[in-house]
Amino acid sequence: MADKGPLLVVTEQREGALVVSPKGEVGYHEAPTLRTALREAFDKKPKRLVANLAGVSYMATPGLATLVEALQISKRTQTPLVLCNLTDRVRAVFEIAKLHTIFKIADSVDAATAP
Amino acid sequence: MTTAPEIRLELASNPAYLCAVREMVNLVSRRTGFPDAAAGKIALAVDEALANVMNHGYNRRTDGRIVMEIRRVEKSAGLEGIRIVIEDEGKQVDPATIKSRDLSDIRPGGLGVHIIREVMDSVLYEKREGRLGMRLTMMKKINPGEVASSCGCEPRGDTCG
Repeated sequence: MADKGPLLVVTEQREGALVVSPKGEVGYHEAPTLRTALREAFDKKPKRLVANLAGVSYMATPGLATLVEALQISKRTQTPLVLCNLTDRVRAVFEIAKLHTIFKIADSVDAATAP
Repeated sequence: MTTAPEIRLELASNPAYLCAVREMVNLVSRRTGFPDAAAGKIALAVDEALANVMNHGYNRRTDGRIVMEIRRVEKSAGLEGIRIVIEDEGKQVDPATIKSRDLSDIRPGGLGVHIIREVMDSVLYEKREGRLGMRLTMMKKINPGEVASSCGCEPRGDTCG
């Protein structure tokens, strides 16, 4: 578990996927914690990486940038990346930035990890 | 008509405090009458603006000063919206160079100005006259049909507690 700053990130292995679940706010100060957790997750070479955003109550552009960077790693390493459980507030930020179309987004962890 | 500042806040250019400022802006916006979703977006725009000052104006120094003022803007029929002014003493840049980037270029970073311009109804960057730093003036109008009846806080007397 990465615990730098008020953002907590839990990473757990599910069948066929590694699920990264940040909890808290992802602003300028907290985004490096998520970035570290995602990079560590990619280093484990999972079949699929799921970012479960159910616990993210706020996201600013450094959080978006972290996820865009994760998408780039995902493409480079051919590791599918799926986001899931976006709250209305977080989804609105994706839409303002017009990034909601470039990610694969699922409604639940189960849907995100389904083959 | 712009009233005197409802709130004047001075803070250090330390990103550790951004969470407190965005929470305050969210609450003040709701208290002013904006519904939850709009208040959240105003807080996001302020968060992005302050992060830009810390990142670019002060080059990530944490001892710079930033002053933020929040005003209600009234018109004859009632509330028109909210005006937020952010001033710093950091590096001055030509306001014409402060632009949103091309969103079709998918890459990390550079989205803050786009978010600010997308959320707020007017955005004006200026060099502060005769001294260091920049001034950012942002205005968000309220749709009379969407005025919230309260900020959603548990009221204590006439405050939002």
